[in-house]
Amino acid sequence: MNDLTTATALQPAAFKSDYKPIWCPGCGDYSVLSAFTKAFAMVGKKPEEIAVVSGIGCSSRIPAYLTSYGFHGVHGRALAAATGLKVARPDLTVVVAGGDGDGYSIGGNHFLHACRRNVDMTYVVMDNHVYGMTKGQPSPTTEPDWQSKLSPSGTGLRVFHPLVVALAAGANFVARAFSGDPNGVAAILAEAIRHPGFSFVEVLSPCVTFRPEQRNWKQAVHPAPVEPTDDPAKAARRILTDDGFNVGILYRGDRMVYAPPVGKGKKKPADLERGFEV
Amino acid sequence: MKQAARKSAAKKRAVPARGAKPSTATARNMNELMAYAYALEIEAAERYAEFADAMEAHNNRAVEELFRKLARIEHKHAEQILEEMGWTAPPKSPIGGYQWQGLEGPETADFATLHYLMQPYHALEIALLNEKRAFEFFSGLVRRATTDKVKRAAKEMAAEEAEHVRLIEDWMKKVPRPEAHWDVDLDPPRYVD
Repeated sequence: MNDLTTATALQPAAFKSDYKPIWCPGCGDYSVLSAFTKAFAMVGKKPEEIAVVSGIGCSSRIPAYLTSYGFHGVHGRALAAATGLKVARPDLTVVVAGGDGDGYSIGGNHFLHACRRNVDMTYVVMDNHVYGMTKGQPSPTTEPDWQSKLSPSGTGLRVFHPLVVALAAGANFVARAFSGDPNGVAAILAEAIRHPGFSFVEVLSPCVTFRPEQRNWKQAVHPAPVEPTDDPAKAARRILTDDGFNVGILYRGDRMVYAPPVGKGKKKPADLERGFEV
Repeated sequence: MKQAARKSAAKKRAVPARGAKPSTATARNMNELMAYAYALEIEAAERYAEFADAMEAHNNRAVEELFRKLARIEHKHAEQILEEMGWTAPPKSPIGGYQWQGLEGPETADFATLHYLMQPYHALEIALLNEKRAFEFFSGLVRRATTDKVKRAAKEMAAEEAEHVRLIEDWMKKVPRPEAHWDVDLDPPRYVD
């Protein structure tokens, strides 16, 4: 510490594009964007070594705001596109971003199988328990008694437990973070990126427009009182019985990563295109 | 009733530090002290620029302009530190990272402090709180300093932050105070009964 020298790695600002976010002022996704840039700097990658893939929704706009490769894809299909990308280009660090509606509802099936396949990538869900972009419909993580113009009596439906589902389906790293602590999110993201296999990070990211009461999340979150475990059953029990605001790395597994052989002897894109010629 | 609620919200905003843990930051030499100072200034500059971008996206030009000005000021401070120390690139963070009092640097405000209808006065309230936290941070470094040289330098920085507090307070006197219902939107994004 005495020999503080100047840093040689890229600074977070190097990962920020010239496009300005259009999220509502106060939205938690700003902090998550800031955390992405910090995490990329922390893992010592260059923008051209990273690809950020997203689906549809407010949070899915994030690739445009970064200088890394980006793919703003189809609703709920970010994980499918990202899986293909990682298998074809294993040299890239692939990070997938989206919201709770995109990931757990429209893309719910892809979520299960991405966990199961355990391809080496990181999935970040900015969970605000609502469809913000389409004006506030309940999402799979919306509380059953949340009332709005669109659900005047609440949905009455049991909430989806993404962290437990991820564990049951085979995710290799599971964490929860809170957007109000961008440095904390960045540290968890960096760990998730470094961890081999499918890493899943749920970031509680308030929607100040449709769920203004979520501003109080900053009083509710607290560090997870226990160290991460490598036992998925133990992790699942903890998560099912916590208050939903435990923040930190909750599970680190060591499952074998799915990485099929690619490259030599395989068809080139031009060969594939010939099959579609008319 | 509404006014009372707003007053209470304003009081909450005046909480001195984000996050509950007390700062344990120490600077054992000038390099460490100036690394802290640089990190504090550059983080603040970046956050103000992000705030300005958010306001620009929502066509709140007056507040955008103010945040841009604050970003420029903080950026200038950061550049001055690099120049004084003869550093050609930003310094590395201390081992174990920066030990801030809150979740981020003392001059870095939370994104949640923004509102699309906020006015320049609100932006200055944010800046004032940041400067007060910076003053407290450097005062803490003075108390925990182990060498006279670091203590003297930290004291100077605390004095500079105290001066910034006074400047912002003066600035606030020249800016109109928001009216009671500044956040009422006649065409809100969300309708409630």
